[in-house]
Amino acid sequence: MSTNNIETLKSNVNKLFYFKRAWAFGIPIAILAYFTYAFISFDILGLSERGSLKNAKSLVGDMYSHKVHVTRDNRKGDISISIEGEKKGRYPSGEAPEWIELGSTSKINLGNGHLIYFGEKDVVYEVPNYGRIWAEPGLGGVEAEYPNGPLPEWINQSKNRVTITTEAGRLTITRNRTEVFRYFYGWELFFFTLDSQYHGKSISELTSLAFNGELPKIMRDFWYNKMWRHSDVAWAIGETILMAFLGTFGAALVAFPLAFLAAKNITPLAPVRFFFRRIFDFTRGLDHLLWTIILARAFGPGPLTGALAMVVTDTGTFGKLFSEAIENVDKKQIDGVQSTGARNIQRYRFGVIPQITPVLLSQILYYFESNIRGATVIGAMVGGGIGLMLTQAIITQSNWEEVTYYIILIILLVTATDWLSGKLRQRLIKGSLNN
Amino acid sequence: MSEITSTQKYEAEYFELIKKRRTYSAILLGVFIVLMISGFNVVDDRNAGSFWAGITSIFDFPREVILEASEKIEKIPGLFVKFFPSLIETINIAAAATLAASIFAIFLSMLATQGMAKWPRLIPVFRRILDIMRAIPDFVIALILIFILGGGPVPAMIAITFHTTGALGKLFSEVNENASLQPLDGLSSVGASWMQKMLLGILPQVSPNYFSYALLRFEINIRISAILGFVGAGGIGYDLKNAISWGKGRYDETGAIFILLFVTIVIVDQLSGIFRDRLTHGKKSEGLL
Repeated sequence: MSTNNIETLKSNVNKLFYFKRAWAFGIPIAILAYFTYAFISFDILGLSERGSLKNAKSLVGDMYSHKVHVTRDNRKGDISISIEGEKKGRYPSGEAPEWIELGSTSKINLGNGHLIYFGEKDVVYEVPNYGRIWAEPGLGGVEAEYPNGPLPEWINQSKNRVTITTEAGRLTITRNRTEVFRYFYGWELFFFTLDSQYHGKSISELTSLAFNGELPKIMRDFWYNKMWRHSDVAWAIGETILMAFLGTFGAALVAFPLAFLAAKNITPLAPVRFFFRRIFDFTRGLDHLLWTIILARAFGPGPLTGALAMVVTDTGTFGKLFSEAIENVDKKQIDGVQSTGARNIQRYRFGVIPQITPVLLSQILYYFESNIRGATVIGAMVGGGIGLMLTQAIITQSNWEEVTYYIILIILLVTATDWLSGKLRQRLIKGSLNN
Repeated sequence: MSEITSTQKYEAEYFELIKKRRTYSAILLGVFIVLMISGFNVVDDRNAGSFWAGITSIFDFPREVILEASEKIEKIPGLFVKFFPSLIETINIAAAATLAASIFAIFLSMLATQGMAKWPRLIPVFRRILDIMRAIPDFVIALILIFILGGGPVPAMIAITFHTTGALGKLFSEVNENASLQPLDGLSSVGASWMQKMLLGILPQVSPNYFSYALLRFEINIRISAILGFVGAGGIGYDLKNAISWGKGRYDETGAIFILLFVTIVIVDQLSGIFRDRLTHGKKSEGLL
């Protein structure tokens, strides 16, 4: 009998081991199979065609550096200098940074011994360890002379265009214009644009000016910087926070009375409870995206629409969470209040609300935190706040330094609210324990 | 005699305190109301249409959609079939991203937990990595990747994976902190490698919780995947955007996509709710209500 028992036990254990082994191998194989399927259905191999390495390079380069364009119109002979080729970053005519000497022959110093001379019509580029390149644009195209030897690969020469790319910068000559790019680290004109008198001043100079009563002017030049638009950015961040604030607390205000109607211990009528619960489920289930679309039709694009979309979806979430919190209250406290002869309203006010307040506040804070994150996305869809500025900057496909700046600001905003709401929630929970 | 005066004193003090507290609460409430009203006015000003004008026409769009869709009711099943592949793509983006993110998050969370980390000195580094991954909104990554990789599901998948890794990593490391470390000692004594210790000593303890969190994240990711489609990645969100920007005449498509999305979200929510309930409370038959 006992041997029989041992036999069944053995076979049971063996079976169990067999299953375990099958699971241990089966799960990784299933995961692998799914990834293979996704790999094929997402057409990952086709990525190399759709993707663009050039875009990636210009994006990454733009994130930490900027370039200065020096352009000569070969017909008129004018030289214009501008940062990133933008109108807002153009030097006034006749002015130049210290590495350019304007004159009948202009000298552009690219650093590390790379020198470019703009003559009457021709261009000379002295490349260290290589030699002198001479080029002249004319009606028939671009004529160029190089040092002896085979043409290196960093020179791209055709009839109408010569491009020379070195580690110091880039020179492009076409029939119409001659253009030099010089690259610099950092974001250009972040503090002051070129038309500000404080551009190019050191920190010590600026502090001494600030103490001499120019602080308001300095702050104004910084705040209304035309390239980086600090005041608009600050306003956009404020708008994002405002959307999240109105959305979260608006939803809490709407959901609070409705939650009582959906709580079992407050509303004895089952059909009423059922009705409100289904409403909560519906507003929650129809996603942010769909509510945003529906509301944008009625209210038009803008931050109000974003805030209302949050109000609607979070009313569903809060309604559910609040009614659960109300159902979990301790009945003794209500009985105690009732025993003193309190009326219905007083019973809720002194028996229920003090118990649920910390829980509710902590939930509201948690959603406020996640709505700040959500407000950036909703802002991108409805056109408000920092989300809008971010999408606008991305659409230009060239202002990646601005995109980087906004992303950093968003990360800081999200981290700060995370931290703050974490602190507050901790205090709320601890406070409720002490009571 | 003196006893009475002292109780009276205490009573007076008590009411003084209550009064103070009420004043503070009233001030706080006042500030809150002012903030709400002025904030509402600011937002109302910046919006294209005002609140009071829009509130009356709030049901116009749904009514038009429903009217047109019910006129072409015979076409709706065909539209379901037409948009089903995009729906599958949206779900696939969410599923693949959640799966990949769970795998990354398992490793990162173990590397960021005291007692399990392979390199204990690098714990703060891995924690910061998780924080940063969580802080970058997924749509930002998606938009940038669309620029580099072109449209389609891949940018959305990578973006969601990135953010979800951060989100799950934090939750997983909280689970890890509650796991018992004794199996690790046993496994070390028989000479197991770090990988073996984690797979055999930790994973069996934590996998139900991991699975429950991953499911919760899957629910969220389906919604995000639809939104990302709307801003340019593939899937049903993209179709929805096209149908909506076409406007009247294609409201039957809009309606069909709305229904598909809504039903999918509800089904996934319910299913994952049932699964999670089982994982945390064991097998138990409980009403869905």
